[in-house]
Amino acid sequence: MRREVATVGIALLAALAIGSALILVAGRSPGHVWFAMLARTLGDPYLFGQILYKATGLALTGLAVALALDAGLFNIGAEGQLTAGVLACAVVGQALPAGTPAILAIPACTLAAALAGAAIGVTIGALRVTRGAHEVITSIMLNAIVVGVALWIGNAVLFRGGATRGGAIVAGAELPPLGLAGSAANASIVIAALCVGGMWWLRARTTWGAAWRAVGRDPAAARSVGIGVGRVQILAMLGSGALAGLAATNFVLGHKHAFEEGLGRGTGLLGISAALLGRLHPLGVALAAILLGFLSVGGLAVNDLVPKELTEMLQGVVLLSVAVAVPWVRRRWAQ
Amino acid sequence: MSGTPMLEATLSKSYGGQLVLRGATIAAMRGTVHALVGENGAGKSTLVKIVAGVIRADRGDLVIDDRRIDVARWDRVAARRAGIGIVQQHGAMAGTLTVVENAVLGVEPRRAGLLSLAATADALVALGREIGMPIDPHARADRLGLGAAQRAEIVAALHHGAKLLVLDEPTAVLAPIEVDGLLATLRALARERGTTVIIVTHKLDEVRAVADDVTVLREGRTVTTFRPPLEPRAIARAMVGADLPDVPLPTPVAADAPVALALAGVTVGAALVGIDLTVRAGELVGVAGVDGNGQHELAHAIAGLVAVDAGTIALRGASITTATPRARLQRGLAHVPEDRHHGGLVLDASVADNLALGRADVTGRFVIDRPAVAAHATARIEELDIRPPDGAALASALSGGNQQKVVIGRELSRPGLAVVVAAQPTRGVDLGAVAKIHEQLRAAAASGAGVLVISADLDELLALCHRVVVLLRGELVGERVATAAARGEIGALMTGAKP
Repeated sequence: MRREVATVGIALLAALAIGSALILVAGRSPGHVWFAMLARTLGDPYLFGQILYKATGLALTGLAVALALDAGLFNIGAEGQLTAGVLACAVVGQALPAGTPAILAIPACTLAAALAGAAIGVTIGALRVTRGAHEVITSIMLNAIVVGVALWIGNAVLFRGGATRGGAIVAGAELPPLGLAGSAANASIVIAALCVGGMWWLRARTTWGAAWRAVGRDPAAARSVGIGVGRVQILAMLGSGALAGLAATNFVLGHKHAFEEGLGRGTGLLGISAALLGRLHPLGVALAAILLGFLSVGGLAVNDLVPKELTEMLQGVVLLSVAVAVPWVRRRWAQ
Repeated sequence: MSGTPMLEATLSKSYGGQLVLRGATIAAMRGTVHALVGENGAGKSTLVKIVAGVIRADRGDLVIDDRRIDVARWDRVAARRAGIGIVQQHGAMAGTLTVVENAVLGVEPRRAGLLSLAATADALVALGREIGMPIDPHARADRLGLGAAQRAEIVAALHHGAKLLVLDEPTAVLAPIEVDGLLATLRALARERGTTVIIVTHKLDEVRAVADDVTVLREGRTVTTFRPPLEPRAIARAMVGADLPDVPLPTPVAADAPVALALAGVTVGAALVGIDLTVRAGELVGVAGVDGNGQHELAHAIAGLVAVDAGTIALRGASITTATPRARLQRGLAHVPEDRHHGGLVLDASVADNLALGRADVTGRFVIDRPAVAAHATARIEELDIRPPDGAALASALSGGNQQKVVIGRELSRPGLAVVVAAQPTRGVDLGAVAKIHEQLRAAAASGAGVLVISADLDELLALCHRVVVLLRGELVGERVATAAARGEIGALMTGAKP
């Protein structure tokens, strides 16, 4: 635990140094840009809200990737599972009778999003366990398939009047905004927070968590103490897909209130960064999601000083720093 | 042995702040076999690797063949030139090259600018024959058995004029008969050719069989050097730092004791063929054999980790042939896997978590009972003297012996223990831990479990078990009551020779 914190701390310092060098190359004073980034985002309710909005989606896809990776599977298909969730969430939300109260509509749409993601996830898990198909290959292929199928369904039945936007969900299914100056931040942050807490509890305090982590770290040891490795892996992919699907609530119920082509795109892939940066710990993933959200919104905020591509590069630099810091810290720690 | 010293060394070495050698000394006389003994982590391998130039000392004095060496500049090339050959624990030959190609690596003989191997190959064959180690110079290194590969390395080292030959735990991978041959050759090399041999080992009977002098290392320091006559008990005491408990004779098992484990015709592919074996409650049965003769499949078949193709396995009379691993464990099976790093432990998890891994009786079914896990860990740590005595320590931070104690502690503390299958329970484990682990296995038998011990170490089986069966090429080829007198016959069975 202390080791993980040290790893991320060192990686972030390294990323800060590299980022500062990049800012110097761009001809600005690093101190000035960093300060502006903090002051403008945290000082502006709208931009602060946008950070929360980004972080909500990232926390859920990050948890999804972290759960699978904790169980030894590299689910890079959170993107596709999220897209399936977005589609299912919007379709159910749209199909509900107009007067459906929130107490029914929100759980129905949330459940649909989770189930759709879970269906994709469990497919990947089952292919891995029963057929030996590597999850990296199947999940990346399913990303393309799910995105394509969603677009096809959209074109065929959902999109209206030449736009790539479906009909609106019923009013009762809408999650209220947090009221931060018209930003997209919304009540789905509660869902994300519950998932973070729930995942922390499952992972640290239950035999399920102990089993999936044992499978992820040493499947042979898990097998020898009687843990059904295949079953655990399939369940982990089911949960992983459900978490990625849940991120749809942020985009559909909380913000756009309809199916849109490309809604939430990139959140699944960036969730991999959140999971790795958070060192698979649910609280770490949540903090990583906030940091990554801050970097992407902060880049827009200081666009007049440095190109916003610079902060996008920083997201990559942070991840690379973690990747380099992990073995380095492990070696030091061992001595 | 009052000759002149071939090697005198005082060496210190640390890895990232941890002192592995703290001024350890050794003095090996010309033309003698010098055994370097000590528990795991005592620094034996580090010391000989420094002498052979494989790794570099932080500081120290090194005098080889009357020449003072600067330890800061000593490397393998210089050591080789100075006549030091080393046969490392896991072999050092490039797998895709032949024996002779490996032998000339780095010093390739040329004729008219082209590589010329024929003369070297002939010389290797002749030398091998002379010292009683026949080798095939054109065999590919990765196709050789462990014993043959080791012989090839020894012959190659001598071919290059090694005056000092270092062997790092050479017998760990050999069958008893191969061990005897190796030790005889080493003695002859020292006597007849004047080669100085340093052999790293932790087996006392080998020391007695081969060594002139014995240096004992403990925690990076030299405890003492014994000169003849060698006194095994004194050496053991120096290694461990305390007297080892006397080994009790196994309690006899009543002839009508119920059968705990029964295998009938168990077959797994070609690796295990028609195994019939029964273990009675309270009985300790050893499975002897050279590694790779079906031991792995036998343990895995009983534990349910591999499906059997034919035959039945019964636990206390009830068939478990098709039961899941979990169901077998619930019925009272305990399985100590052969490799604690792959299958025994989750190295990246704490000792307490490893002790409770898969143990629903400790953790509870869903929400983990953390006080119970901690209490379980404290009890096992106390019982097995696991060091450091800290349940929160990561398993990876423990020494090999203590890691193995964690596996033993988890498996043998299962409630309602009926059968224990322990595969290589003391491999790579120091003497103190071996005594603890044997004590636990005996206690399991005394409490009414049938215990099957699979080990490549025949002496371990003879000391621990009531009877020993021999596994050769997947078949049980013989059975003997475990007595010291049966050692020769069992050793012969292990290699397929007629007893």
